[in-house]
Amino acid sequence: MTISAFAFYVFALAAVASGLMVVASKNPVHSVLFLISAFISAAGLFVLMGAEYLAMVLIVVYVGAVAVLFMFVVMMLDVDFVEMKQGFLQYLPIGGALAAIVVFELLLVVAVWAFPSDTELALAHPSPNAAQTVTDPNGPNNIEAIGLILYTDYVHYFQIAGIILLIAMIGAIILTFRTRDGIKKQDAAVQIGRKREEGYELVDIKPGQGLS
Amino acid sequence: MAEIGLGHYLSVAAVMFAIGMAGIFLNRKNVIVILMSIELMLLSVNINFVAFSQFLGDLTGQVFAFMVLTVAAAEAAVGLAILVAFFRNRGDIAVEDANLMKN
Repeated sequence: MTISAFAFYVFALAAVASGLMVVASKNPVHSVLFLISAFISAAGLFVLMGAEYLAMVLIVVYVGAVAVLFMFVVMMLDVDFVEMKQGFLQYLPIGGALAAIVVFELLLVVAVWAFPSDTELALAHPSPNAAQTVTDPNGPNNIEAIGLILYTDYVHYFQIAGIILLIAMIGAIILTFRTRDGIKKQDAAVQIGRKREEGYELVDIKPGQGLS
Repeated sequence: MAEIGLGHYLSVAAVMFAIGMAGIFLNRKNVIVILMSIELMLLSVNINFVAFSQFLGDLTGQVFAFMVLTVAAAEAAVGLAILVAFFRNRGDIAVEDANLMKN
C-alpha cells in the first residue's frame, strides 16, 4: 500500500467517524469539535487530490470562522442540551433507514457508473478554452492556476460571491440588532436642539425659607 | 490494494452526505446540530466537486467548490443569526415548537 493510499484511508476514516460523532454526540460543544475534526480531515483529502488552495481555504474559512461562530452560539445560548437529545432514538429507525438507502444508491451509482468512451479522448486533447489541467508538472501550481481562471473567466462569479457575503453580513447584523430601552447614551440631535429656556429655571426664593 | 481513484473519494462523500442527512432526522430538536449537519452535507458536495475536478483535469470544479464554500459560510452566519433572534424571542431553540409564522 502506497503512502498516499494509506493517507487517504486515514483521512477518509477520520472524516466519516467525525461526521458520525457530530450527529451522535450528546454535547453540542463536542459536536462542534468533531465538526472541526471532519473539516480538517476533508482538507487532508483535498491535499491528496491536489487541491491545496481549497484545503487551505477550508481550514481558514470553516475552522477559523464557521466553527468558531458555532462555538460562540453554542456557548452563548443557555439551553438544556440533554433535554434536546430526546427523540434521538425515536427517529433513529427512519433516519438510519433513509441514510442507508441514500448510501446504497450513491454507492451503486459510483460502482456501475462509467464515463462515455470519448471522455479519454477529450481529456487527452482538451479544447483551447478549457480550464487548465490540475496536474500539469510544468504548468503553474494549484493556487496560480485557480487565480488565473478565477480572476479572468470566472470574475463575475467571484464578484457574486462577494455580494453574497455582503448580503449575509447585512442580514446577520439586521437579524441580531436590537435597540434596548433604559440604556443611557448620548443623542447629539437632542443635545444640539436644546433651547436655553429648557436648561435653567428661575426660582423666586423668599428670605428665610430656603428651597423646598 | 488498488490505487486510490475517483470512486474512493465519491464513496467517502456519499457516506458523509448520508451522515449529514441522518443528522437532520435524528436531531429534530436541536437546530445547532441541524445546521452542523447541513455543513457536513455541503462539505461532502465539495469533496465530490474537487474529486471530479481532479479526475477530469478541469479547474472549474474547484472554482465552483469555492462558490459552495462561500454560500456555506453565508448560510451558517445567517442561520445562526436567525437562531439567536429566535432564542431571544422564545427562550429556547426547540424547532418542533417553532410556529411563530403560523399563528
